[in-house]
Amino acid sequence: MAAISMKNIVKKYGDGFPAVNDVSIDVADGEFIILVGPSGCGKSTLLRMIVGLEDITSGEMRIGDRVVNDLAPRDRNLAMVFQNYALYPHLTVYENIAFPLRLAGEKDDEVDRKVRDASATLELDEHLDRKPGNLSGGQRQRVAMGRAIVRDADAFLFDEPLSNLDAKLRGQMRTEIARLQRRLGITTVYVTHDQTEAMTLGDRVAVLKRGVLQQLATPRELYTQPNNLFVAGFIGSPPMNFLPATVEGDQVSLPFGKVRIPQAKAERVQGRGLLIAGVRPEHFEDADVVGKPGDGSTFRAKVDVVEWLGNESYAYIPFEAPPEVQAQLDQLERDLDGEAMRTQLVVSLDGASRIREGDEAELWIETDQMHLFDPETGENLTLDRKVEDNEQATLEHTATDG
Amino acid sequence: MRKLALPLGVLLVMVWCLLPIAWIVSLSFKSQEAVSNGTDPGFLPLDSFTGWENYQTVWEDEQFRRSIINSIGISLIATILSVALATLAAYAIARLEFRGKRFVLSTALAIAMFPVVSLVSPLFDLWRQFGLYDTWPGLIIPYMSFTLPLAIWTLSAFFREIPWEMEQAAQVDGATSWQAFRKVIVPLAAPGVFTAAILTFFFAWNDFVFGITLTSTEAARPIPAALSFFVGPDPFQRPAGLLAAAAVIATIPIVIIVLLFQRKIVAGLTSGAVKG
Repeated sequence: MAAISMKNIVKKYGDGFPAVNDVSIDVADGEFIILVGPSGCGKSTLLRMIVGLEDITSGEMRIGDRVVNDLAPRDRNLAMVFQNYALYPHLTVYENIAFPLRLAGEKDDEVDRKVRDASATLELDEHLDRKPGNLSGGQRQRVAMGRAIVRDADAFLFDEPLSNLDAKLRGQMRTEIARLQRRLGITTVYVTHDQTEAMTLGDRVAVLKRGVLQQLATPRELYTQPNNLFVAGFIGSPPMNFLPATVEGDQVSLPFGKVRIPQAKAERVQGRGLLIAGVRPEHFEDADVVGKPGDGSTFRAKVDVVEWLGNESYAYIPFEAPPEVQAQLDQLERDLDGEAMRTQLVVSLDGASRIREGDEAELWIETDQMHLFDPETGENLTLDRKVEDNEQATLEHTATDG
Repeated sequence: MRKLALPLGVLLVMVWCLLPIAWIVSLSFKSQEAVSNGTDPGFLPLDSFTGWENYQTVWEDEQFRRSIINSIGISLIATILSVALATLAAYAIARLEFRGKRFVLSTALAIAMFPVVSLVSPLFDLWRQFGLYDTWPGLIIPYMSFTLPLAIWTLSAFFREIPWEMEQAAQVDGATSWQAFRKVIVPLAAPGVFTAAILTFFFAWNDFVFGITLTSTEAARPIPAALSFFVGPDPFQRPAGLLAAAAVIATIPIVIIVLLFQRKIVAGLTSGAVKG
């Protein structure tokens, strides 16, 4: 087991395009780190540089206390689970799991003991004599994990391991991976584009966009204190609402009217003109069902569409954005692999809400959860550093515990 | 009606393909005179049936036995060398990006398209100079150069089908490039290797033009050439019955080889390597 330390890692392809640009991440011993981002953000490339399947253009990669930049994959002592499992179809499940041990030249009885240990852990005992071709997707996935855990590797690397499974199995395997990692306490780097996996599995999550690290933080911090527009828009489903906003005193003008924000927030953004306000859908509510209306502001808006899901419902409220904000939001949509849609506010309402389509509804907004972003740079101007520091402290605390 | 169509079609094709072979077998059991004089024109050898006599005569012929050994030896060596070289070349072509890759592939194809006959007379002169005339290597080399392109094309298609991840997984698991090739890639490409081997072996076994021009004695003469030199007891009469028996004997090794290799050509061996 070992820590992995990446220092100013750059990957440039032949055409000079930096697929990974100046990324520095320190993965503590035993930590579970997620690399997440939309397709083409360089997360898989970064993982493949850790394992040695891609050359590192510049920067320093350390595993434990060794610099591994120029080591071949087989000398790095890492175990990897590939997206398509990459099982050896001509070998039985047993021999697939035993493959790394046989290469290492271990004795037959030692191989047998380790393979049976791994297969018991992954409940593969009755499949040991079968060929991968006869296994279901979930079983193949477990064989691939067996091949990884059977070795005493310094770290596990996962490259979107669950993306080929159906939704139900994905949920089960996700829990399985989490349980396995906690039990073995092994350093893990896990690539995914699925934010549910990112949020549930990771001790910390690294969000990447076009090869650049956007934020490296705990899931909670990513959610509550996003560094910039991209992270704010990427994490959360349905995504955070972005509205054009101007601040005067502690009054914020939104397309639907003025709301009041906490004084501390307002001070940071005085005199900055047009901003982008970010509010998550759940920080709105039907004013009629809010128990504590004192904490926020209310405004009136015409609801276009309502989707009732039982425990909650989503209301959609279209609005017009000024061109400079619109341009930034379109760009953000493209960065997130989405399509530029009409600008609309998504509001999550309590299931008890009686708001219907076409109603002019009174909505309540929890303004102390509002973020204000610079429309030019996308930077979050209202980051609560204090919360961030607390999170950092908790993280270090858990890291020393583990 | 529909149910009958398929078996009927299969039967038609079978008859079409197998009739000449059946005829040869039938001829090989007829006596020499009956074939020459046409006294027993039917398919089944009735009053002219000679039993194994033709086969015995052919087998006792020293030259014919030598030619069988020549054919087997030359074809096997050419096949093994050609397939081994083609496996390495095809792997490089499928996996590596290098300058002139397309050139190599198209040249290989061009060589395969070259008419054999046009090369025979220059080769005859060359081999006389080099002392390769009427030797095994003298035939193995041209066979290899004509079968390599085909083998390379077949095999590189097979290698391309094998996902990159297989080797990468092997390397991460601790294999050297060579170990990854030998333990993962070659077993996966086995159907391709055997396909290439069969094609190569057929070419070498069936070749007549090289066989008759580049040999002069039984030191290297292969079966197809030897058959054309076949003379029975009467030099003025073509020994049709004996020729037929010799031809039947010449097909037996091919049948055995195909049956052996066929078991190895299991389609879809790679299924289950990856999802989908």
